[in-house]
Amino acid sequence: MPDPSILDHYASEFALVAGERESKGPAWLELLREAALQRFREMGFPTLDDEEWKYTNVAPLAKTAFRAADGAAVDGLTIDHLDKLTLGAMDCTHLVFVNGSFAPQLSRLRPVPDGVRIGSLASELQRSPLLLEPHLCRHARFEEHAFVALNTAFLRDGAFVHLPRRKVLTEPVHLIYVTTGNGSPRVTHPRNLVVAEEGSQVAVVESYVSLGDSAYFTNAVTEVVAGGGAVVEHCKLQRESERAYHVATLQAHLSRSAHFASHAISLGGALARNDINAVLDAEGIECILNGLYLAQGTQHIDNHTFLDHAKPHCSSREVYKGVLSGRSHGVFNGKIRVRKDAQKTDAKQTNKNLLLSEEALVDTKPQLEIYADDVRCTHGATIGQLDDDALFYLRSRGLGQDDARSLLIHAFATDLIERIPVVPVRTGLECLLMTRLPVGIEQKERA
Amino acid sequence: MLEIKNLRAKVGDREILKGINLKVKVGEVHAIMGPNGSGKSTLAQILAGRETYEVTGGEVTYQGEDLLEMNPEDRARQGLFLAFQYPVEIPGVSTTYLLRAGLNAARKQQGLEELDAMDFLTLVKEKAKLVEMDESLMNRSVNEGFSGGEKKRNEIFQMAVLQPKLAILDETDSGLDIDALKIVANGVNKLRGPDRAIIVVTHYQRLLNYIVPDRVHVLYEGRIVKSGGKELALELEDKGYSWIEEKVAHA
Repeated sequence: MPDPSILDHYASEFALVAGERESKGPAWLELLREAALQRFREMGFPTLDDEEWKYTNVAPLAKTAFRAADGAAVDGLTIDHLDKLTLGAMDCTHLVFVNGSFAPQLSRLRPVPDGVRIGSLASELQRSPLLLEPHLCRHARFEEHAFVALNTAFLRDGAFVHLPRRKVLTEPVHLIYVTTGNGSPRVTHPRNLVVAEEGSQVAVVESYVSLGDSAYFTNAVTEVVAGGGAVVEHCKLQRESERAYHVATLQAHLSRSAHFASHAISLGGALARNDINAVLDAEGIECILNGLYLAQGTQHIDNHTFLDHAKPHCSSREVYKGVLSGRSHGVFNGKIRVRKDAQKTDAKQTNKNLLLSEEALVDTKPQLEIYADDVRCTHGATIGQLDDDALFYLRSRGLGQDDARSLLIHAFATDLIERIPVVPVRTGLECLLMTRLPVGIEQKERA
Repeated sequence: MLEIKNLRAKVGDREILKGINLKVKVGEVHAIMGPNGSGKSTLAQILAGRETYEVTGGEVTYQGEDLLEMNPEDRARQGLFLAFQYPVEIPGVSTTYLLRAGLNAARKQQGLEELDAMDFLTLVKEKAKLVEMDESLMNRSVNEGFSGGEKKRNEIFQMAVLQPKLAILDETDSGLDIDALKIVANGVNKLRGPDRAIIVVTHYQRLLNYIVPDRVHVLYEGRIVKSGGKELALELEDKGYSWIEEKVAHA
């Protein structure tokens, strides 16, 4: 039963935000927002009774009356600082969003090929709504997901990246979402749309960071539309504060012979949930879903992926790895649906978890729904501790116990970073991981 | 260099070493032979610091210090090296990275400067040539996907780079064809010198054709039951381990 008071809270927030909006924007969007609010009020926040949420309890989030965050207040915030929090200095276009609003003074725009559009969603909705209308909110379905509904109801700003046919962007596009955190619990609803038309190529990186350690709520939705033969790399670095709630949906819609890869790196948040969904809606598509989650303390990190093989001759590769210490909790749920039509599907899913303490916990659940009869689908999940034989081997060569442990943890985790083909992003993440990986802590008691 | 006195050890409830006595002087090469299950590998692993085994009695002195009190990394840094019977695969860690970290940890402990990248590279290239190891192998993850022979050769390569004072080779000969065996033996012989000692643990006499030991010991049911010169290995080869079993039974 949805808690009526919290639903009323979001309804009154909705009215408040609508009243403050300078321009309502296109009528179709206003209708979508209202429909999404309506749907959210019907559904309420999910509970542990929902199959898709049985391992992730959002009750603390659901009972907090988050207010809409104030716009782009950026006292003393510099580009250098943002680089340090994310991937280091990269020569590419950066769009920065502070508390949910585009911050032009912190953003860096670089020349792009003719016709390529990179900008804030709010301004693009004013400038070229016709470019957005066929895609925005058409793929991430708010009818089925309360958080997507909430995001859609409060849809205001985010990034819009559009590549016309055959345009190739060699540099990545870095989208940075900063929450400054100012005491009272605030929520942002970043909304991104990436449209890569036929034969185009782009790499988009989303980084979520925080300046303080306050409790806030990020509720993001990104839609990716890849046309025929398009190549889209999507990376996400989630580095929210330790008290933050981070819920995000990435919805990819792929056309014939498209190549789409998602690399989701989750480091932060008290509670983090990623839904990564790809619909393989034509033949010859190659889809890669990779993820790395490092949880410590009492962090809870949940990755839900859904690969919908709707048409024949597509392949998907999925590798998720988790390193869990302290009393943290990791969840991996990997659903693969192979529809009746999707003969010759080749799908492979792997989830590996490294538990560094007795109290760390992981729930892993592969979910294969196969309705076609000529397919190759494999899945495997492992949960283990550091290999004692490997530890002893390293120490017998002179490495100290802590060094040996961190070397093994690092080797386990970097495997996923090395799969990222976008060089500056990979390099930045490698450096970041060096500082973030747990070292020789939490020795297992030897019996 | 190494003195083992009445060493006893068990794993779980099973006693494996039942009072080992052994003295290895600097400059010497000792062979420890014995049938399967006699405790050869247990002894080798205990000397390297493996904690799976529980030492229940006796003492081990290495270069005048209590070896059993030292952790595995300190033993390594002070020049003890074990060539594993079953080298471990370590995905994501290259052999060169491992060696550089190991070598520099030892140098640091000895108050020496860390080896820079260029000097290190020169060293590993030279040593790779010595054991005829393909240079591409040492930049790959440690032992990952290596053949049995490549793994053993990698152990000897690591030994050549780390230049230990006491090297223990645990059945490094098993599973090697004759060419690989010669290469491994050559690597060991190059290390031989007045300031080092080597313990060769083996089941077969074959390797000892190429690495000629000063002393040969026969380990049987957790005890050294016979010691002698290099001719003891040939006698064992000739008469088989049943000869030892009978001798022990009659004693």
